[in-house]
Order: sequence, then structure tokens, then C-alpha cells
Amino acid sequence: MKIIVTSEGKDLESNVDQRFGRARYFILIDTDSMEYSVIENEGAQQSSGAGVRASQIVINSGAKYVLTGNCGPTSFDVLKSGGVEVIVGVSGKVREAVEKFKRGELKPGKGPNVSSHHGL
Amino acid sequence: MIISVASGKGGTGKTTVSTSLALSLEGEVQLIDCDVEEPNSYIFIKSENLKEISGTVLVPEIDKKRCTYCGVCQQVCEYNALVVLKDNVIVLPELCHNCGGCALLCPQGAISEVDREIGIIKTGKYKNVELIYGVLNIGEAQAVPLIKKVKKYINRKKDVIIDAPPGTAHPVIETVRDSDYTILVTEPTPFGLNDLKLAVGVMRDLDKKFGVVINKADLGDREVYRYCNEEGIEILMEIPFDREIAEGYSKGLPLIEQNPAYIKQFRDMYKTIKKLVYPSSERMVK
Ligand code: SF4
Ligand code: SF4
Repeated sequence: MKIIVTSEGKDLESNVDQRFGRARYFILIDTDSMEYSVIENEGAQQSSGAGVRASQIVINSGAKYVLTGNCGPTSFDVLKSGGVEVIVGVSGKVREAVEKFKRGELKPGKGPNVSSHHGL
Repeated sequence: MIISVASGKGGTGKTTVSTSLALSLEGEVQLIDCDVEEPNSYIFIKSENLKEISGTVLVPEIDKKRCTYCGVCQQVCEYNALVVLKDNVIVLPELCHNCGGCALLCPQGAISEVDREIGIIKTGKYKNVELIYGVLNIGEAQAVPLIKKVKKYINRKKDVIIDAPPGTAHPVIETVRDSDYTILVTEPTPFGLNDLKLAVGVMRDLDKKFGVVINKADLGDREVYRYCNEEGIEILMEIPFDREIAEGYSKGLPLIEQNPAYIKQFRDMYKTIKKLVYPSSERMVK
């Protein structure tokens, strides 16, 4: 299965970026093979709607889950509509986050965990 | 002439100045309250029979029968107000800036523009004052589109007083953009001075003529005066603190009705502003 982790850097040893909409990179990982590719978040600097643009990138990537630190309500809703489950409150190295996810230790949140100003 | 009344923050006496200035002038005046998030001029300009008009903006609506989910509209939208999914297009109206670009460029002609109400515009009349104000709907994030709608009512043939939103952000800039003069209302306190400096910065960025009215002039310190002197900023009027004014205000009584002696002061201020805005025509008249 393909998942996306927001990341501060371009490899699995980077830290999980705590921001969803303004994350530096999205790492798209195949959880079976641990093969990954890096998507730069071009919308990170945008003043409005960064979270929405990020959501579109994630949806287009075909990922089924996104692992990140914080996610606002609009992004959360858009991702849900696009069939992507959001797991918030994730930190540490990207590789560790993926391992935890594979062990079933991370569960999708029921809702956004920050107000709209963060992600939007 | 269009005069805006603004302040670096709320609660400095902006509405006291705008409503009393409007009521003091001879002849027909428009008072336009652009503080759409918290309009309060109507408390003092007691117009009966307010007319209400819906304030709307155009947002896209997708015709699912035509849409091929090609994603063009999402790429066109600079404001990320559209998300294209496999079998749906999500419109985020609160992000939409109503540019119409998506409708224009959709290859399938699947996008039409529909009205979305963002607030109400109310108009009325009291004495010599035609009052126009907007009330932004609750939960609506963008004040600027409604401010633009309210400003469409400006009649340049009349004297126009605009009550600007407090602060120094985009709504204020939109409000004072085409004013001939802006009155900045402040209080002589450290906070007042700080907010005044920010507001002055905005005026200078916009290259706007402006002057200062000091409210509660006898409370606080002299720093605002010193600052205005140093910067060569005109102090147009001072309103000392007065318990009766404060009580009148809380009852919705305009300053000049509470204390008619102020009528002359407001008229004088108006004349001063007119000279500052039209210096050459003044000489011609003489
Ligand atoms: S551009 Fe038109 S056809 Fe393409 S996804 Fe948008 S609405 Fe649908
Ligand atoms: S009208 Fe403009 S801002 Fe609104 S969704 Fe279409 S392209 Fe985006």
C-alpha cells in the first residue's frame, strides 16, 4: 500500500514535517517494498490554500494514508473526500513513522487537530 | 470629497468621529460604514425603515454531467479553491476570490458562476445622513469582497464619510484606497501611539493624505503629540474625556447631539481638510 509522510528532508532518515499544508516534502512510500519517491511541496510558500493544494497532491499520488504532525479542518475534509485517511500527531524520523504504521500503532484521527489558520 | 475615518485598533472613538462629522455637515452626506465585521454607525444614525440588499459574490458551480475531471480548473485557480477528485470537484467557496478564471478556461464548459451570499447591505436615512453599511455573515472569512460591494454605493457628488475597519490589514487598505483624506483616530497612550504609528505607515505606503484626531485627549501622556510634531502630522481636533460623552455614547447618542458645541469644531475640521485636499482651488476662490 502507498502512504505519504510529510517530511523536512528528502529521505527516510529526515524528520516528519509537523506542518501538513506547508510541509517541505511529501515522501510517497510503498509500505511493502519500502521503495519511495519524493514530491516537493511547491505550494508550501503560498499564502492561501496551501493545505488544499497539498491535499490535491496527496490525492493525486494515489496514497491511501497521510502521516503528519498537524492537519487543519479544510485539508482534513478534502483528503477524506479524496479517499485519503489522515493520521496526525506523528513525529520523529520518517522511517520510524512508517514502521510504526506497519505495526498498526498509528490510527487515523477522527478529525483535524488544529484550527484552520495552521494548514490553510 | 471622500473622507475615511480609521484607527490602528478598535475602540478609540472612530465611530464617534465619523458619525458626528457626518451629522455636523450642512447638506446631504453619505456615511458608509465599511467595518463589515462589526458595524456600529447605525446605533448613532438611527435610521428607520432600513432597506436590505443581499451582498453576493460569484463562485463556481460544476455541472457533473459535463465535467471530465481533467483537473484544468484546479491548475488555473491561483487560490487553491478547487480540488479535482476522480469523480467529483470540490469547491471551497471561502478560498475563492471570484476571479472567474476557472469558468473561462474549463475545456468542457462545465463551470457556471452562481451567487453566494456573504453578507447583507443595509441602507437608510437619518437627518442629513444617508447611511450605508454592510454586515458580513457569521463565519465568513473575507471582508474585502463585501467592502467592495458597500463602496459601490459611493456617490461622488456628495460628501462621503467612510467608517473604516480597525487595524492595518487588507480590509482597511481596500476601504481607504480611493479616499481623498483619512482621519486617524487615536488615544494619547503608549498603546495608542503604537497603533497610530502602524496606521501612519499604511497611509504613507499608500501615499494618502491624512491627519490625526486625539480622543480622550486629556488622559494619558504627551507622546502622541510629540510624535505628530516630529513627523509633521496634522492634529485636526482633540476631544477631551468627558463622562457625559461616554454615557451618551453608551446610549447611542452621537457626540454632537450630546454636546452641540462640537458641531462647529467638526465643521472647522471639515474646512481644514478641504483646504488640505484642494489647496489650489481654495486659492482660486479667494
Ligand atoms: S476544468 Fe472543467 S471539466 Fe476539467 S475538472 Fe474542472 S470542471 Fe471538470
Ligand atoms: S473563480 Fe477564480 S478563485 Fe474562484 S475557484 Fe475559480 S479560479 Fe479559483
